[in-house]
Amino acid sequence: MLSHGHYAIAFYAALIEAGIIPESELETYGSDDSRLPMSGMASYTPGMEISGGSLGQGLPIAVGMALGLRHRGNRAFVYNSMSDGELDEGSTWEAAMAASHHGLGNLICIVDINNQQADGPSSKVLGFEPLADKWAAFGWHVQRIDGNHLPAVVRAFDTARQLPDAKPRVILCDTLMGKGIPFLETRDKNHFIRVDPTEWQMALDVLDANQPQ
Amino acid sequence: MPINRNNATRFAAAETMNATVTEKKPRLTTSAMIASIAAEGQRVRAAPFGKALTEYAEAHPEIVGLTADLAKYTDLHVFAQAYPERFFQMGMAEQLLMGAAGGMAKVGLVPFATTYAVFGTRRAYDFIHQVIAEENLNVKICCALPGLTTRYGPSHQATEDLAMMRAIPGLTVVDPCDALDIEQAVPQIAAHQGPVYMRLLRGQVPLVLDEYDYKFELGRAKRLRDGNDVLVISSGFMTMRTLEVAKQLEADGVKVAVLHCPTIKPLDEATILAEARQPGRVVVVAENHSVIGGLGEAVASLLMHEGVMPSRFRMLALPDAFLDAGALPTLHDRYGISAEKMAASIKGWPK
Repeated sequence: MLSHGHYAIAFYAALIEAGIIPESELETYGSDDSRLPMSGMASYTPGMEISGGSLGQGLPIAVGMALGLRHRGNRAFVYNSMSDGELDEGSTWEAAMAASHHGLGNLICIVDINNQQADGPSSKVLGFEPLADKWAAFGWHVQRIDGNHLPAVVRAFDTARQLPDAKPRVILCDTLMGKGIPFLETRDKNHFIRVDPTEWQMALDVLDANQPQ
Repeated sequence: MPINRNNATRFAAAETMNATVTEKKPRLTTSAMIASIAAEGQRVRAAPFGKALTEYAEAHPEIVGLTADLAKYTDLHVFAQAYPERFFQMGMAEQLLMGAAGGMAKVGLVPFATTYAVFGTRRAYDFIHQVIAEENLNVKICCALPGLTTRYGPSHQATEDLAMMRAIPGLTVVDPCDALDIEQAVPQIAAHQGPVYMRLLRGQVPLVLDEYDYKFELGRAKRLRDGNDVLVISSGFMTMRTLEVAKQLEADGVKVAVLHCPTIKPLDEATILAEARQPGRVVVVAENHSVIGGLGEAVASLLMHEGVMPSRFRMLALPDAFLDAGALPTLHDRYGISAEKMAASIKGWPK
């Protein structure tokens, strides 16, 4: 589930890969009457688990889903994806305490630490380090990885799923926006990256050239 | 009398306030945060919410209970003792309470989430709005200490909960009167598909509606007695008080009809309009809530929209102010919602 609703566009790509929505529908993204609004909404999009966007709501919902699934004897995992900005919200930590108190081994939380939020770098807006220590102190199993390195991400998910302990698991992902496209990596981002129409082809060319064969 | 906060501005909205500055009753002391609203010697039933939920849950395994450190004070402890594996303690964390209740509803359970009305509504508003109501989730929010039912001050007085909850699209809002209303409402809100906010009276809860030919029906207002002079439309324990006032006024030759309207949203417009259209009656709305945004304004808006103009329209409600702390009889008198003050107000409003 997507706590940070504004990551919806990436989630739509995943929904296409999963065969839940057709690729052609991406053309409607953000348009009037589209099923693909700019901020993800469960009531609009098949496969979108929650209406995120009011930040800090995902983890409390995930706690309820994990408790409910366990109560019903369902062995599924609940995955909550959230942004580092959501670490500012008290509700995130209410939920972090509860997940550990209730021993939710079926809950995996992914935090995207891109150090970007509306008013500037997250670390300047409201410092959250030492983050791994904080989650560990709240009773979570913690992994901190390079979130742009896909093999590391996959390994972290495997580890999180295979832990025997009845404790919730968090994967802290340090990431860089625009990774792999040098002129975007270094651009002054201010939370949103502005990409001019002429730059899209340049970005695609760079990615294609660097794609592993 | 602690009236140092009673400046003119704060009480400008209340018409019934004048008598309070001269009151000479013995000064009552406060000993508990939660006082029963039952009068001495009144018939009561204990924990009607907890018992009704426990009974309903027996045949409905999808029912679960969650609370934010207030199981005992919302009567949810009765359910928790009967079904410990279906009870989930969320700690003193109301955003988590509402978020997790939403999550549980998303996996097919029917969560009853309880806390005090102030915390459930004011602290967790966005979670009720976005997590629960926007997705039309099957969560039943049941909150104790509605309106002015505590001896604490504004920290615990939920005088604007109905206004806040009414403003949320798709949320059903219920303000029951007594133990019977609560017992009959629980299975109906549980069976209703969609989110519900219900105000709770807990502990020793008065029992009055069994004396009338009455059944709770979600979405319906019910006339409890008829009268040609005044129509009082009321909800919550104010219906109980209105019935008492109606009996008193009958002795003075004033005939009061009482329309109990426990479902605040959606409003039973047809019944309210039919009653309000009867000519020659003063229409009064009585509620345990601020004059802003509750049943009174809902009814006023309906009447205006439909062009129904009673000879006089008045609200018996709490002022738009931060209210005092103190003993409930003192406060209800001070703010005009004691039976005595209500009777005096109604007598002062000729047709």
